[in-house]
Amino acid sequence: MSRDILVIGGGIAGIQAALDLAEMDFKVHLVERLPSIGGKMAQLDKTFPTNDCAI
Amino acid sequence: MAGKKKKEFEELRIGVFICDCGSNIAGHLDCKAVTEYAATLPGVVFAKENLYTCSEAGILEIQEAIKKHKLNRVVVASCSPRTHQPLFQNSCKSAGLNPYLFEMVNIRDQCSWVHMQDRENATRKAMDLVRMAVARAAFLEPQQDIESPLTPRVGVIGGGSAGLSAAEGLSRMGLEVVLVEKNKELGGLLRNLHKVAPEGVDASERLEGLIQDVSSRPNVKIFTGAELKSLDGYVGNYVMNIRDGEGQTVKESVGCLVIAIGAIPLVQKGLFGHDGKRVITQMELEPILKKGKFDAKRVVMIQCAGARGDERSYCSRICCMIAVKNAMFIKKLSPDTEIRILYRDMQMYGTEKEKMLWEARGEGIRFEVYDPAHPPEVGDKAVRLRQPLLGREIEFAYDLVVLSTPLVAREDASELSQLLRVPMDQNGFFLEAHAKLRPLDFAADGIFLAGSCRYPATYDEARSQGLGAAARVGTILFKDKLVTSAIVAEINPETCVGCMGCLQMCPYGAISYDQERKICQVNEILCKGCGCCAATCPSESASLRGFKPQQLMSQIRAVMEG
Ligand SMILES: Cc1cc2nc3c(=O)[nH]c(=O)nc-3n(C[C@H](O)[C@H](O)[C@H](O)COP(=O)(O)OP(=O)(O)OC[C@H]3O[C@@H](n4cnc5c(N)ncnc54)[C@H](O)[C@@H]3O)c2cc1C
Ligand code: SF4
Ligand code: SF4
Ligand code: SF4
Repeated sequence: MSRDILVIGGGIAGIQAALDLAEMDFKVHLVERLPSIGGKMAQLDKTFPTNDCAI
Repeated sequence: MAGKKKKEFEELRIGVFICDCGSNIAGHLDCKAVTEYAATLPGVVFAKENLYTCSEAGILEIQEAIKKHKLNRVVVASCSPRTHQPLFQNSCKSAGLNPYLFEMVNIRDQCSWVHMQDRENATRKAMDLVRMAVARAAFLEPQQDIESPLTPRVGVIGGGSAGLSAAEGLSRMGLEVVLVEKNKELGGLLRNLHKVAPEGVDASERLEGLIQDVSSRPNVKIFTGAELKSLDGYVGNYVMNIRDGEGQTVKESVGCLVIAIGAIPLVQKGLFGHDGKRVITQMELEPILKKGKFDAKRVVMIQCAGARGDERSYCSRICCMIAVKNAMFIKKLSPDTEIRILYRDMQMYGTEKEKMLWEARGEGIRFEVYDPAHPPEVGDKAVRLRQPLLGREIEFAYDLVVLSTPLVAREDASELSQLLRVPMDQNGFFLEAHAKLRPLDFAADGIFLAGSCRYPATYDEARSQGLGAAARVGTILFKDKLVTSAIVAEINPETCVGCMGCLQMCPYGAISYDQERKICQVNEILCKGCGCCAATCPSESASLRGFKPQQLMSQIRAVMEG
């Protein structure tokens, strides 16, 4: 069985999934359609309600 | 440990790498001049400017320089250590240099960004920072990461929807589970529910399936009628002291814990005339609906009863859905019953719940808004309501009033919070490490949370959080061993006088007092390297590795030399 994992979508959900899986020692392939990962979060400035910087 | 060994004299061979970060740094200060300056500093045998130090080419250059110039210290002046230090340290490591002999300076944030309009001073400041780093690097000592074994078992506290889901997830991941439930039976709140909205399946059916699954798993050990009495140890190696159903104390070793003790629906005698008979709560209505017989012909539900006011300011999130669900079931059991829901605003988030609300309206359930400044009054026979739009008072005769009360934190949650040393919010719900970045983690390493003990949750939310917490546990326990940074405090047993000043200051409970030797000692796994103890100790016995007085003083002296 291959232990590689494919994550489709590089928004906050995809990135967190990829990070946690990598932390579990799986090899992760993250695929994103756009030239950079980050998704919607990367376009925001501050996020409610904690008002921290989205990046 | 490695740092303590007296090193024989070793010639200093420091390599300095100055990063342009494209034009991000080089655009606002003179990187070439900083590099030339760095080459003149004592101990520096190699200095190089890179377009991007963190690029593959940049990394290769560091590694080749370590070998070719026999570098025994590396300094990188670039961006933030928070994002890039691990990368550079690992590069040093793979080139054979101890990663703790690496030092980083942030000339992007601290020079080019903040002094964008002042090239000359930005350059001067970068030189100052590099000089300080080089001075400190000279006194750095090699360190070994701290490794400790991991127990691949997990304690789950609370056997409701969230706890059962966590146990299921963990067991499927191949981790042993110790499930501790206070009640005689598993299941939590769902035990007493009729149907589960929005899908409308039987609560008992959903629950039995889950309990069956978890109970039949050979790697899940279940304690019912049991409680966690105390917790020793630290991440990877906790010991739970459990009082089991027979009143015996049992010890169970676990690497991580998931806390899922739920919350309870508020029942408050006298609230809107609550008497448990003609004025009841949604929770008290559920078993009536379960029996399948419903006589009342005129029902009034009151939303936010005991919520979103002075005493409890929060919205419990789930009680609007519960009211609509139960109103629709009443209509099913007794189609000619008149139902009115008196509300402030309906929290029916998500597509499924929004749909429920429209359907309920279609079935003739009436929604009447009220103003919190003039809440409805429940009399003997009728509920009096002031309609805010028309400004007039009307009365609805009733047979049954149902209060939508919030979930409130369990009273014993504070006990558990002290025992685990995890925080609660002002309402007694457990507080996660970060609302967005770490919603299922506690700040304490290896302890996670899920379900209504965190904040009122629906069944599917409690379940996703339980499964999510299980995955978070995997990020720790799927490794062979726990590796933590060597940058922790140490206490010199020769000079420590046992005043316990450090013990009182430590925010992580990492310091203990050794009764026999009458001195303090540091638990390296619990220590987070904050340095409070070192700053407190009157005899300089407590110190932080990598930040010893000599290392800090060299840096401070260097800034004066400029
Ligand atoms: C009236 C009402 C109707 C509802 N209807 C719906 C619905 O239609 N749809 C829906 O999705 N959700 C509904 N819910 C919400 C649902 O009940 C919760 O989402 C769910 O019960 C949360 O699960 P939990 O595991 O977090 O907490 P709980 O179900 O409360 O389980 C917590 C468990 O932990 C145990 N425990 C507590 N303290 C300790 C301790 N110190 N040590 C060990 N064990 C401990 C408790 O005994 C309990 O078994 C309703 C809730 C109410 C009140
Ligand atoms: S979910 Fe609805 S009834 Fe419950 S507190 Fe929020 S607004 Fe009030
Ligand atoms: S460095 Fe901080 S966490 Fe570590 S022992 Fe000292 S006070 Fe405690
Ligand atoms: S403060 Fe210093 S002297 Fe006092 S107990 Fe701690 S290490 Fe020892």
